[in-house]
Order: sequence, then structure tokens, then C-alpha cells
Amino acid sequence: MAVPIAYYLVLSAILFSIGVGAFLIKRNIITVFMSIELMLNAVNLTFVAFAYQWHRLQGQIFVFFVMVVAAAEAAVGLAIIIAIFRSRSTLNVDQVNLMKL
Amino acid sequence: MYLVLFIFFGCLCVAGALNLLFQRHPINSALSLIVVMSSLAVLYLLLGAEFLAAAQVIVYAGAIMVLFTFVIMLLNAGTEERTSGSAAAYIVGIPGVGVLVSLLAFIFLSARSHLATARLGDYVVSTSDLSKVLFRNLLLPFEVTSVLILIAILGAVALASKEH
Repeated sequence: MAVPIAYYLVLSAILFSIGVGAFLIKRNIITVFMSIELMLNAVNLTFVAFAYQWHRLQGQIFVFFVMVVAAAEAAVGLAIIIAIFRSRSTLNVDQVNLMKL
Repeated sequence: MYLVLFIFFGCLCVAGALNLLFQRHPINSALSLIVVMSSLAVLYLLLGAEFLAAAQVIVYAGAIMVLFTFVIMLLNAGTEERTSGSAAAYIVGIPGVGVLVSLLAFIFLSARSHLATARLGDYVVSTSDLSKVLFRNLLLPFEVTSVLILIAILGAVALASKEH
């Protein structure tokens, strides 16, 4: 049985929407950050699905670059979270309302 | 068989993502995100992206999630506090998400006849094909990302170090 590419796109739309919902609802800064990773993964699935559709390698190369940037982003973001926790001793996003550390 | 694999791992993905949303403790959310990423690796394999499936497991489910669990344990993050949060996020955000998913699903399903169907082994991208494009046509972006990673490492060390 073959699976239509549209199903993959719908799955990635569902994952992306769950990521957006988690980003809005969650109050813990680490979980908010994890929902951003979920959204990046959902978009990666779209890239791979369209790379299959058009038989182009560029889509998969783009996913590779997204992974690299996500790794860099995770390292810097978690360092920022550690710095925020050190100065405020909280991980609640509602209590982090000043840009100044 | 292919459809069964797709449905099983697709449902696992959605279940993991929903579990991330509903768990109150960050470590449970992190573990369910690992489930999502590992099942996405299987979906990449079904779409013929061998190298990306391996990279997804090694980079995402391995390196990035280890970093997340490390930070959660380092900061001793407890159960999420229930605060009211932003009212706009609940009033506009939740219906907005519902509209987004239904709109995207409608567009994709209505364009279904124009899109191909995926079969296992129809179009397999080997690592050598991928590396030919990456190291011939896209060598400059590849080198630039290595500089980006170097800067990210320096930034992470500078941000996380204790100030005196």
C-alpha cells in the first residue's frame, strides 16, 4: 500500500500546530524551548516529504542545515536559560519580564 | 505494510507531541519529545532519506535531547507552576491553532491528487548522492555553518560562565 505525500504533510501540520499550542500554553521556559524544537521537526518532515515529491536532493540538504542550526540554537538557548535561572532562580516565563539580567 | 508503518509511527509522533503538551514536569516532556524525534526518524526512512534518519537519531534524539535533560537536571526543574498566563494566548491562540491545523489539512488534502504517493524503496537517497550535492554545489554554506557552530560554542560558554 502506498501512502500519499499529503498524509505526511497533514501529519507535519498537526505536529507544528501542537508545537504552537505548547509554545502558547506552557509556562516553563525549558518546555517552551522544547516546543520550538518540535516545530522545527515538523517543518523538517515537510522538507523531506517535498524532496520525495519532486525527487530533489536540495530539500534533504536543507533539513541537514536546519539540524545544524537547531543544534547551535539549543546550545545558546540553554546557556541563556542557565543565566536566567542564576539571576532570578525561576524558570517561569511569567516572572521573566525584563530584558535586563 | 507501508501504510501500517506510517500510521503506527505517525500516531506515535502525535501521541508523543500531545504528551509533551499535557505533562506538567519538564523531564516527562523531554522524554516524550525523544519519542517524537525517534519516530520521525522512521518516517524519514520510509521517505527514503537514510542519512537524515541516522542524523535525526544521532543529532536530535541524541545530542540535543541529552543537552535538554542535562539542563533540566542541572537546574533541578520541578513541576510547572500553574499561573494564569496570558489571556490573549488562550482566547486567540487556541482557536488560532485549531484554524491553522484545519486550514493546512484542508489545503494538503485538496491538493492530494496533484501529489505523488510514497512507496518504500521507490526513491532512496544514498549518502554519496547527498554528499556530492553538499560538497560540490553547497560547499560555501557548509563551511559557513561550521563557523556558526564555532560562534555558538563560544556564545554558550560566555553566557553560561559565572560572572565576577
